[in-house]
Order: sequence, then structure tokens, then C-alpha cells
Amino acid sequence: MAHRFPALTSEQKKELSEIAQRIVANGKGILAADESVGTMGNRLQRIKVENTEENRRQFREILFTVDNSINQSIGGVILFHETLYQKDSQGKLFRNILKEKGIVVGIKLDQGGAPLAGTNKETTIQGLDGLSERCAQYKKDGADFGKWRAVLRIDNQCPSNLAIQENANALARYASICQQNGLVPIVEPEVLPDGDHDMEHCQYVTEKVLAAVYKALNDHHVYLEGTLLKPNMVTAGHACTKKYMPEQVAMATVTALHRTVPAAVPGICFLSGGMSEEDATLNLNAINLCPLPKPWKLSFSYGRALQASALAAWGGKAANKKATQEAFMKRALANCQAAKGQYVHSGSSGAASTQSLFTACYSY
Amino acid sequence: MPHSYPALSAEQKKELSDIALRIVAPGKGILAADESVGSMAKRLSQIGVENTEENRRLYRQVLFSADDRVKKCIGGVIFFHETLYQKDDSGVPFVRTIQDKGIVVGIKVDKGVVPLAGTNGETTTQGLDGLSERCAQYKKDGADFAKWRCVLKISERTPSALAILENANVLARYASICQQNGIVPIVEPEILPDGDHDLKRCQYVTEKVLAAVYKALSDHHVYLEGTLLKPNMVTPGHACPIKYSPEEIAMATVTALRRTVPPAVPGVTFLSGGQSEEEASLNLNAINRCPLPRPWALTFSYGRALQASALNAWRGQQDNAGAATEEFIKRAEVNGLAAQGKYEGSGEDGGAAAQSLYIANHAY
Repeated sequence: MAHRFPALTSEQKKELSEIAQRIVANGKGILAADESVGTMGNRLQRIKVENTEENRRQFREILFTVDNSINQSIGGVILFHETLYQKDSQGKLFRNILKEKGIVVGIKLDQGGAPLAGTNKETTIQGLDGLSERCAQYKKDGADFGKWRAVLRIDNQCPSNLAIQENANALARYASICQQNGLVPIVEPEVLPDGDHDMEHCQYVTEKVLAAVYKALNDHHVYLEGTLLKPNMVTAGHACTKKYMPEQVAMATVTALHRTVPAAVPGICFLSGGMSEEDATLNLNAINLCPLPKPWKLSFSYGRALQASALAAWGGKAANKKATQEAFMKRALANCQAAKGQYVHSGSSGAASTQSLFTACYSY
Repeated sequence: MPHSYPALSAEQKKELSDIALRIVAPGKGILAADESVGSMAKRLSQIGVENTEENRRLYRQVLFSADDRVKKCIGGVIFFHETLYQKDDSGVPFVRTIQDKGIVVGIKVDKGVVPLAGTNGETTTQGLDGLSERCAQYKKDGADFAKWRCVLKISERTPSALAILENANVLARYASICQQNGIVPIVEPEILPDGDHDLKRCQYVTEKVLAAVYKALSDHHVYLEGTLLKPNMVTPGHACPIKYSPEEIAMATVTALRRTVPPAVPGVTFLSGGQSEEEASLNLNAINRCPLPRPWALTFSYGRALQASALNAWRGQQDNAGAATEEFIKRAEVNGLAAQGKYEGSGEDGGAAAQSLYIANHAY
């Protein structure tokens, strides 16, 4: 083994580590507002709003101009490229509005999927070309973290070894390049919930995927203390007939994480996938009440699960701004409480009733 | 990826997990008394005692006749094959004496190192042939855990990728086979302290080795909650001119573990390598006072560092047996305190002075 060649100086490590910790401090989580133009098209179509740059700008403006107290529950916002350079109606840059609230600005860095030939419709992710220069520019333009989403699916012969290795490797390259440019990489290896597999199978696959991801990060000399993980929760496939309680989802999820994610990682911010707003909050709460050791912060990085009600309340009309902001604020607060295991939703008697539903962890 | 084929039932997992937790219960560690016939030859020749089976029996009797004071600081004893079937002077099997103290019995199962052709003097470890049958027999004969030692060394071009991969793989095969037979595997990837490399180099190599070990354990479907890790502490090479404090060693060691050892592993039981008894205790104590969060128990699995004084006091004379046993009990109690960060040391000015010597972890 050659002598090591340090990838980062102490100062670089300190900066990255502090950014990561700020994002997930005190139950804070992330608003994933980085929907691409195409994805925003899907969202807007549901509320019968035209997918124009102005409409996208207006919706994001409503979210970002909420009361400053949002900074108690939101530590970071992920932006899409276009949004990083947009301004509010007074001409103020969104990224400055967010920074002044003490929120860390992030940027989506991947450039979508590409097929892996010879597999059962599996993909890898593009975006490594010129990534270092793009990161340097984004850092100058106010971003302090990046996000890159790799996608794996459960199906016949999937995920294959190739898909796992290739996506883990691409994630590690992206993470390494980000850190060289002072950006904290959010590492997102999403195992899709599509399919009729049960929760146990999702747990098995998630463990294999995460083990590969952390081996790749180690091989690529990535500084774990300056990263965040954005995984799926461990759930059954959408088409699975068996139903599971939040406590079971929590136990399976935390078991998988504690078998694969080193304690050096400061925070794990779950994606919401196709979950409803309430399920995403209930599951996160159960995760934070899970009796297994949890050396990382367990928080959220939600897109739909933070914005669904807000979008519905907006309907494309400026007059609905207040209702939209209230809807968003409500979900943000709920998820912040869930990230501390303190969420009590109507109809539940709180932590005591949920505690008894945890099955002893050795069954997982 | 095919569906998972569970390697262990829920009951098997529970048994393994319970055993592991008993061994590393708070304040407890392991007495490594598994010196092979060849290793015992070296120890005994240093005190002028002939290496006969009877002398080895008499010596182990000195250790195992320790009174109930060891119950609170020794959670497990590793035996060599011969010793597992030996008895004390009154005909009571050693295994029984140890078990009656509530201490778990372990057995060394590897068969020593063999060269890896085409490398710079590197080795792998043999012992896989018929291992399952041997484990089944040892389990019947009272053993509940096992130990297998792999060896890596640091030099200009070592450890090589082959040495790391091969040793990690063989450790994972051994671990898998043990668990199938109800035996908790202690996984020992020792990086020798020989050489003039500094602390940082050892840390770097340790991180690479441990990442490979945990990837291999994942690949081989080993149940981490039912294993223990026996690594080297992160130290400079013996011939390194720079001196480091216990706090620096602690910070480097805990940082390396946090980056590679999943929280699911219940305990890390350090080997003492060439450290003196006092050094091994001071370092373990500093490790347990390290300000970084540590999700696993951090304790000892010491051979020489528990026995050096006892061996010296005994010198093969039965009249010295009582005094020798006292020396052993003394070191056991000291290390029991060190495993909780409560050892005040001989001549150390206590916790406050030591605390300030920890360097911020981003420097590592």
C-alpha cells in the first residue's frame, strides 16, 4: 500500500464537518426543493398549473419567504440549478434569502440516469464530467452542499452486482469531487419501493447496497464526517399485500443502518419516496424512538412529504400565499418534532403507546 | 439479486448476541490465555521454565485460580486447544472453573499463518478445513466464542491489496462458520506495530483494513450483532522517533473505528501487541475518555498485558503461585477500570489534565 496522500487539509475537513452538523442540528432537516423542470411539470400538472419558469419561481418564492422561524426546523434546502439563480419579486436572490435565515443552501448535481446494458433495465447516474468546475462555481454562488441521487430497484435479478457496484462507485466519485470543492456531499442510494416484495427483502437489499456504498466511499478516501446519507426507509414494496406498522418500519430501518453506516457519518436524512406527508412523519418519529443505538442524527430530506399540502393550497394563485406557507410550516414543524421522537399526532397517545410495538431486534 | 437465504434463525441470532454482550458487559474484558505451544515456549524460556505440558497446565492454573474479584472485570477467557481439556490439581476441568465464575469460555481456532506467494513477506491464516466440525465439538465441550488472528504489516508497499482482501475474506469465512455452530467469532485483523511509520500512517492503514473486513463480513452474511472485533490500537511503529500521548493514540484509534466499524458490533476488544502492562491500561483508559461518540463497548483482550507480571512472579515455583495470581488480579482490575475510563494510573494527575490533551478530531 502506498503512503497515504491526504485528500483534504484539516481546515477543509473542519469546514465540511461543520456544514454537515449545522444542517442536521437540533432536529433540523432538509427541504428537497430540487425538482427538475420535468418533475416540476408532474407536480404542477396535478394542480392544473402551467409549467413555466415564472410559475416555478413563484411557488419557490412562497416557500422561501416564510417566517424566519422556519430555521428551527429546516437546516438546509436543496435547489435545482435554475432556482439557485432566481430572485424574489423584489429582486433578491433566493439563495441569499435562505442564507439570511441561517439555512444552508444545497444544489442538485447529478444529471439523470443512463441505462446499464446487459441488465434488467437497471441504471447508473451521469454528471461526473466537469463536475469539479461546476462545484467550484456553485460554491462561489452560495452553495455549501450537493446532492446526487442513484437509483436501484428490486425485481427479478435486481439489484444486480453490477448495478450496486457501479452506483456505489459513481456516488463515491461525486462525493470525493464535492469535498475537494468545499461542498458537503449528500449521498443518496435510493432503493425504489416499486414491487411486491416484503419489508424483510427490502432490508436485505438495503444492507447490501449500503455496505457497498460505504466500502466505495472508503476506497475513494471520502471524509465521512463531512458527508450526509439520504437513504430510503426500509419498507415493503408498494404492491406488497402485507401491511407494517411504523414501529416495524423503524426497527427494520435502524437495524439496516446500524449494520452498515459508520458512526462517523453525522446525519442520515431519509427520502420520503412515495409516502404521504403523515406517513413520512410518523415513520421518522418511530425511527427516532427505536431502542437500538443511533449514533447519527436521524432526520428528513423530504420533497413531496413537505410540499404536497402546500402545493394543493397554492393552486397557482398568489392570493393563497398565506395558506400555502401555513401548510408548509406545519409539515416542517411536524417533521422537526419527529426528528426528535417528539411527534404526537391526533389520535395517538404518544411515545408510550408506540414503544410496546417494537419487536426485539434480533428478529431482523 | 436473489432473495436472501437467512443464514441464521431468530433463536440463533439471539443466542449469539447474548453471548457477545455478556463478554463485553460494562467493565469487563477478555483474558487471552490461548498462547500456542510455540508461543508458550517463548514466555516460559524468559523465566527459565521448561516448556512441558505440565508446566503449561500449572501456569494456567495460576491464572484460573483467581478468586471472585475477577468476576467483575473478566467477561471471557480464550483457551488454546490443549488447555480446554486440562484440569486443575483437584481434577476440576479448567472450563468448569471458568464457567462457574460466570465467565464465557472461548477457543483459538486458527492454525497459524502461511505465506502469500508473490508478496513482500505477507501472509494469510489457515484453519478453515473441517472448521465446522471442530466448532460443533468445541461448542459441546463448553466454548461459546472463538478467536482467529490474521496478521498484516506496514512497510513501503504493504499491506498489499491482496493481503488485505485475502485476510478479510478468510476472517469472514471463519466468522460465518462459527455462527452456524452457535459460536461468537472474535474477528482479529492485527496490523503489526513493527516499523518506523508514524501514527497517521497506522491510522490510514487501519481504516483501509477495517473497511475491507466489514465489507467481507457483509458479503458473507455474517450477523454483526453476534461478533466482536479484536483490532490493534492505532499507534506509531515501534521504531518511530515521534512520541505520542495516550490521548493522541485514543483519538486516532476511535476516529478510525468510527469510520469503519458499524454500530451493530457490540464490542471492540483491543489486542495489546507489544505494549507494556501499564501502557496498555493507560491507552485503553484514554480511549474510554475520548470525547468522540463511541457506540460499541471498548475494552481489552490482553495476553501479555495481563500476564507479564504474573509470569514473572511465578517463575515456575509453586510457592509463588499465590503472589502470581495476585499480580494477575491486579492487572485485571486495572483494565476493568480502564474499560470504563476510570483508571487514575500510577503517577497520572487524573482526568482533567488528560482531557485537554485531546486534539480536535478533524486533524485525523
